[in-house]
Amino acid sequence: MNRVRQHLSQNERLLFEQSSPGKRAYQLPELDVPAVDAAEALGAANVRAEIEGFPEVSEVEALRHFTRLSTWNYAIDHGMYPLGSCTMKYNPRINELVARTEALAWAHPYQPEALSQGAMKVMAHLEAALAEITGMDAVTLQPAAGAHGELTGILLIRAFLEKCGNPRKKILIPDSAHGTNPATAAIAGYAVENIPSSATGVLDVGALEQIVDQDVAALMVTNPNTLGVFEENITQAAAILHKKGAMLYMDGANMNALVGIARPGDFGVDVMHLNLHKTFSTPHGGGGPGAGPVAVKKVLEPFLPVPRLKRTGRKWAFDYNRKRSIGRVKAYYGNFGVMVRALAYILAHGGPGLRNATMDAVLNAVYIRKGLEAYYDLPYTQPNMHEVVFSDERQAKLGVRTGDIAKRLIDYGFHPYTVSFPMIVHGALMIEPTETESKDEIDQFIEAMISIAKEIETDPQLVKTAPHATRTSRVDEVAAARKPVLRWKAA
Amino acid sequence: MLNACGVSSLEELFAHLPEAVRLGRPLDLEPGISEYEIVQYFRDRAAENGNGYALFLGAGVYNHYRPVLVDAVVSHGEFLTSYTPYQAELSQGTLTSIFEFQTMICQLTGMDVANASMYDGSTAVAEAAMMAARATGRSRVLVARTVHPEYREVLRTYARNQGMPVEEFGYDAKTGMLDLDNLERKMDDLTAAVIVQTPNFFGIADQVKEAARIAHGRGALLVATFTEAVSLGILEPPACADIVAAELQSFAISPSYGGPYAGIIATREKYVRQMPGRLVGQSVDSRGNRAFCLTLATREQHIRREKATSNICTNEALIALMATVFMTVYGKQGLRELAGQNLAKAHYLAGKLTPRFSGSFFNEFVVNVESQAVDELNRSLLKKKIVGGLSLGRFYPELAGSVLLCATEMTRRADMDELANAIVSAAAAKEVTA
Amino acid sequence: MKMYPENFRYTKEHEWVLAEEDLGTLGLTDHAQQELGDIVYVDLPKPGARVKQGESLGSIESVKAVSDFYSPVSGEVLEINHALAEKPETLNTDPHGAGWLVKIRLTAPIELQGLMSAAEYESYIGAEN
Repeated sequence: MNRVRQHLSQNERLLFEQSSPGKRAYQLPELDVPAVDAAEALGAANVRAEIEGFPEVSEVEALRHFTRLSTWNYAIDHGMYPLGSCTMKYNPRINELVARTEALAWAHPYQPEALSQGAMKVMAHLEAALAEITGMDAVTLQPAAGAHGELTGILLIRAFLEKCGNPRKKILIPDSAHGTNPATAAIAGYAVENIPSSATGVLDVGALEQIVDQDVAALMVTNPNTLGVFEENITQAAAILHKKGAMLYMDGANMNALVGIARPGDFGVDVMHLNLHKTFSTPHGGGGPGAGPVAVKKVLEPFLPVPRLKRTGRKWAFDYNRKRSIGRVKAYYGNFGVMVRALAYILAHGGPGLRNATMDAVLNAVYIRKGLEAYYDLPYTQPNMHEVVFSDERQAKLGVRTGDIAKRLIDYGFHPYTVSFPMIVHGALMIEPTETESKDEIDQFIEAMISIAKEIETDPQLVKTAPHATRTSRVDEVAAARKPVLRWKAA
Repeated sequence: MLNACGVSSLEELFAHLPEAVRLGRPLDLEPGISEYEIVQYFRDRAAENGNGYALFLGAGVYNHYRPVLVDAVVSHGEFLTSYTPYQAELSQGTLTSIFEFQTMICQLTGMDVANASMYDGSTAVAEAAMMAARATGRSRVLVARTVHPEYREVLRTYARNQGMPVEEFGYDAKTGMLDLDNLERKMDDLTAAVIVQTPNFFGIADQVKEAARIAHGRGALLVATFTEAVSLGILEPPACADIVAAELQSFAISPSYGGPYAGIIATREKYVRQMPGRLVGQSVDSRGNRAFCLTLATREQHIRREKATSNICTNEALIALMATVFMTVYGKQGLRELAGQNLAKAHYLAGKLTPRFSGSFFNEFVVNVESQAVDELNRSLLKKKIVGGLSLGRFYPELAGSVLLCATEMTRRADMDELANAIVSAAAAKEVTA
Repeated sequence: MKMYPENFRYTKEHEWVLAEEDLGTLGLTDHAQQELGDIVYVDLPKPGARVKQGESLGSIESVKAVSDFYSPVSGEVLEINHALAEKPETLNTDPHGAGWLVKIRLTAPIELQGLMSAAEYESYIGAEN
């Protein structure tokens, strides 16, 4: 409890509540051309009335407003986010600087290719680096986020299977999978069949062998899985699938455990996505932007989204003549600004640095496991990699659940870990420190978790009604869902 | 730490991995470089990119001035490096600003409810089509050819696997606006959505009300999109639409060679449970203070899984925050003034040329230059450090020889004069040689 | 701990049906509402909808979970409980009474014989724990 103390926190109203007619925060230059009457130019019926309710505040009020709001947020810049499978590592400021390089930040996607060679080189460089890291043959940078990449990957599989004569009907998804996996399969037009995990939480290859038939298009797997455990039978699983003409998709959310150590392309994966906003340090920004590049084996390359980067001599160009392509998944070329940040990260670390980061990430997670296994139930025994999953089994007997423990952790100055996921663990506590955290920070985290475990035995109510130290106490999510109020309205 | 983990080396932590899967060599990547060298790397790339050109390109991505407050706000580590606001007590900053964003989008578009953002306008349109299919129980989609061509491509990619037939309807060759007869004829009772853009790809304010009438007449929903958000400072919003699925790049989002941008989906109250993406709602905390939280999450993938309204998880929160700051800086009056300046600039340029279509336009319009002349023209302009308009033949074969020109508040009169001269003299030269 | 009404029949998915001749009232058991937590929204079909035993009739939502409501019997939906739209919490406070979900006309009343009695259901959920 030593790092948390009360401090001054403003009671800031909404913009609309402090708006005052005539206040302004902008100043446009004088027009160097004649003004035009809107009604004349557009037709009176096309001209809008004023934007009712839109704020009018001064520049200093605007800046103070958002700054005060920012003081109500927790961020990586404050401390650790032990969120499992989110890989909340440090967001290097060098990324922010280079992303704002003028000629890159202001590049218009339709400007002549001759004026875009720098941007295209950045993309080509990133594609090559990601191909090397994943052990795959080709990469597309077009998807805007992980889920978008998943959709792209499944559509690639569909296109390939269609070419083989039968797109097939279903996708196998482990019950430990992230929710985006089945949602993606459904959007791609496939039925979802759940494949239960084995008793030890890993892929049940025996069950897989039974289930894979001519109707199965692919298995979507996360490796390491959502327990943080490496799927040791992954090559076997790939072989089973390939024998029946199905493919192996890998959700790359947990790549922070593998970079430089093992490559999905080497253990049988046909197609996978990466999360640049996880493994590659681009900032989460409160919920995005992300980027979800997709890496594929050669056999899927012809189907990649259009356009593809191609090189003729010393010039880069976009190739739109891709007859087998699945089409576009997004306008333009992808989240270029995010690509710049990810490339900066890769350049900074280099090959050896990336590998070191992976090793530190795993070390930190194993260290946490050792530090907490006497206090929280471990639902499995295998070695964990970059994340560790506990269960609230022990604490639940005293009426305290993982969600409560998470809220009490806030009072110790930490953001909660991932609560209640994966669903195969009863009351999961999913913890991923990343390589960013020092031993000191992690020791404090472990101390906090142990302290809470002890509090549960002596004063469970304290934990159940947490957090106590925050400006905002536990929010009534039930009321928010029963009577949704999704916008401000004037009284 | 190694001791505590019961190992004597970092390598041992990976010993449990099967030998066969381990990469037995270093990654074939250059060693890490210093901060300065990284800056230099991107400076070199920037030098290989054009810079300092006057730009007459719009076509879905617009050069607008980014108020300095935008970066000042989003550079706060508390916004930049924060996570998705699942833990409401620690994320009131993000949640409050999203609530304000949702509100302003409703005020701007005339819709009842807006979500926290989609990836961009193109995917927002695709998701809106799927949303309309869910809401109506139908599957067919009619989309105007005057909707951004790449948006239509994305729509097709999504629709193909949903058993969702997509058909296009055309535009009037004189006005550049929707061919309503064409729409009327193609309309049927199987259509879930009619999708139109305004201002359309040609920059023209289009007949959304009439399209809505036709759509509603057969029980379909009207989806309205836009790529130039600044237009809403002056143009009547598509309040007759059932869903607005659009792009906010114009609101202080750097063109950044195509992304990241921020899409929005806004709709009527009755469709709220069919919406994809995150929603922030107002509530109270246990002390009775107003507080915000993510809500109606049962629509989303982490709960509904394969029955979710979408697979979207990470969206564009920080980009949406840029737009929120932009809307705050300009405010009620400023957005109108800004739109007015855009209107003035584009109409000044158009006044020196002959727009091909008669429809009213905002800050973009089409000019006929003639087939080979477009490329020649743009090449000669480049020599004057001017990037000319989009050659429409790229997307509309019937419009080969026309360019789409855009002028914003950042376009200078001198450059417009230069561009107009170049076009006029090229035409004159052609006449001489004809 | 609520008593499970003797005159109800119960399913393994925690639905109940109270049948009078061929008119049935359907709902969710107390055990189910406890598991779900605070109910925020109930999604029910329109009157006239036809359903087979075991098919989904709609869904019940809490903040963090959704549960399909499987019809214990085959039939035609006559009426749905509109009060739940305004006050979904009634399903928590009175799941066997005012929190009823659907009134249905049974097309195969013989199905009731295959469902559990109150005693059987109580021991079923006891075993589950």
